[in-house]
Amino acid sequence: MHVDRYERYWMWVATGMLLLFTGAVSFTALAGAAHPPSHTEMIDPETLSVSGEFVNPGVVTHDDGRVTVVMRAEMYVFRPMRVHVPAGVPVTFRVTSADVLHGFQIARTNVNVTVAPGYVSEATTTFATPGEYLVVCNEYCGLAHHLMQAAVVVDPPAAAGAGR
Amino acid sequence: MTGATRLVLAHFWVAVAAFAVASLLGVMQAIARTGIALPFGSAGMYYLSVTAHGVLMALVFTTFFIMALGYMVMDSALGRIAAPRWAWAAFWCAVVGTVITTVAILSGSSTVLYTFYPPLKAHPAFYVGATLLVAGSWIWSGVMIGSYRVWRRANPLARVPLAAHGMMAAVLVWILATIGLGIEVVVLILPWSFGLVERIDPIAARTYFWWFGHPLTYFWLLPAYVLWYTLIPRVAGGKLFSDAVTRVVFVQFILFSTPVGLHHQFTDPGIANGWKLVHTFTTYAIMFPSLVTAFTVTASLELAGRARGGQGMFGWIGALPWRDPFFAGVALSMITFTMGGFGGAINAAYSMNAMIHNTAWVQGHFHLTVGTAVALSFMGVSYWMLPRLTGRALILPRLATLQPYLWFAGMMCFSIPNHIVGLLGMPRRVFTAGYAGSPVAAAWVPYVNLSAIGGVVLMLSSACYLAVIVGSMLVSPKGAPGVIEYAEPVVAATPGPSVWDRFGVWTLVAAALILLAYAQPLYHLHTMPGFPSRGFSPF
Repeated sequence: MHVDRYERYWMWVATGMLLLFTGAVSFTALAGAAHPPSHTEMIDPETLSVSGEFVNPGVVTHDDGRVTVVMRAEMYVFRPMRVHVPAGVPVTFRVTSADVLHGFQIARTNVNVTVAPGYVSEATTTFATPGEYLVVCNEYCGLAHHLMQAAVVVDPPAAAGAGR
Repeated sequence: MTGATRLVLAHFWVAVAAFAVASLLGVMQAIARTGIALPFGSAGMYYLSVTAHGVLMALVFTTFFIMALGYMVMDSALGRIAAPRWAWAAFWCAVVGTVITTVAILSGSSTVLYTFYPPLKAHPAFYVGATLLVAGSWIWSGVMIGSYRVWRRANPLARVPLAAHGMMAAVLVWILATIGLGIEVVVLILPWSFGLVERIDPIAARTYFWWFGHPLTYFWLLPAYVLWYTLIPRVAGGKLFSDAVTRVVFVQFILFSTPVGLHHQFTDPGIANGWKLVHTFTTYAIMFPSLVTAFTVTASLELAGRARGGQGMFGWIGALPWRDPFFAGVALSMITFTMGGFGGAINAAYSMNAMIHNTAWVQGHFHLTVGTAVALSFMGVSYWMLPRLTGRALILPRLATLQPYLWFAGMMCFSIPNHIVGLLGMPRRVFTAGYAGSPVAAAWVPYVNLSAIGGVVLMLSSACYLAVIVGSMLVSPKGAPGVIEYAEPVVAATPGPSVWDRFGVWTLVAAALILLAYAQPLYHLHTMPGFPSRGFSPF
């Protein structure tokens, strides 16, 4: 098979580039534990408001300072619509849907997870900067999809545990 | 006019009609978010329009155009199309399917977007029509494979012409891809939409969709690559730099196009990280043949530029025929695809994907790839193909020369702001983006307005294209058809069939790779005790 010299050089460059990309992905995944949100946990979407943690969704502060935010997504709201969390500690969002697919994205952060009926999605992040963050639904869920939003208010560390 | 030409033109005009309607819908969507009041401007109309734009552009325009190109290549490179009756059956099956789906969308009963993720539930006619469209494309695939086999039996010792080799790769990628779609629609969705089955698992359905959804992009891209490799070097006045490597490139697409779909589902629950990482690696593998394409086609263009008298390190670029709309369309497509390709590497980057998933970045991305690299190449080849098939000269040649540049400018103005505003957190596919006065959303406004201007420029470019193409058909007198000729390689391929011509073997290897990539995650999704969903139609 005829392969030109420069073509062969370029194939090595291309191979090197792709090895660099896969290497960077593998390194951050294995050494930095940077993974996409891939939680597997099943839940009955039709009994969310009857039993379990999603009946009264909100902020749970654990003894070691970690925070869990439980949220229910449904056409066209997140419940609760506004939560307070502390800056500087890991916050885990547990979100599920009562109806169709939704997206749970905290704009300008790395929290971005598909919310599906029947599944509990989890995403964990640590907010460095206090302030009010916008949560948007980024998966089309019906005619008022663009109105589905929530707010995460990140309080300075001193005010941690201020509740819902 | 020969029977084959009639076949090509019938598919071509359906594609052009779909493109015309979808272009108008597209500009409406781009303007919607600026807050300028449009007639019929409502959330219902917006999401209906997004559904129609996606289906008509991504499925109807592309599929019919590719069917037309497939017949043109088989007829001109291999000498004949086997079973033309079946080809017409395929055409009518796909047309009827398209009409049924379009009516279902326009009636407002199927506003599920072109991804139709369950448990959103459209009218059954939406799925039935889409199934017929795909069934038509399968008959087309059969006719294409049949044409190849007839030629192969008559020429057992010859090397298959490169254009036909590339189109065969597109056909085989399409068959492998649509198996996933077939399982999703026929096994999971149709019984559910007719009420025979009450529930469906949304994540399993999405997984089958993306088994189809990513190779779909290569089904669009490979016919464009066929134009880049086998026509453009000749149009530019040169030769194809490398025949042998090009054949390997197309085989690599057969192998690696499909086992990559989980990179669209990085944010999904219920799928393990290990499998997402495997699909990350296969996605980077499929970038290799595109990187080689970038070299080989550019090298071919350099040969052409130097043959035209271009001197020095970069002088050959200016010597190329930039006023030829086919050449300009493809050259601008290649520049755009370079940007889209590196954007794609970011999308596929496992954990980094969370920064862009389902944001406006994504619509910015695929308007560079399918919306320009593929669509602008197809518009370009129209200017080349139509006079050769019909003998009619193009009218308004200056408008034709301007059109690809207008598209490129409009797309930069549309796509770059969408990439940026996606990183600033704006989701895709939203009717308005005000978010109750949120200051985060207020920062998006200038980018949204810029992309709307881009949308208007794109529509002007579409109008130029339609004016030239439809006008030439109506006004220009019929003449003698021209000859369809392909680029000669610098070094001819070694004579005789080689291992790279063994399409059957490569398809089996590709099927094995799909099994390796998907068997375990799908087995897991189907056997996990869970809570499948009933349907919702919130539109």
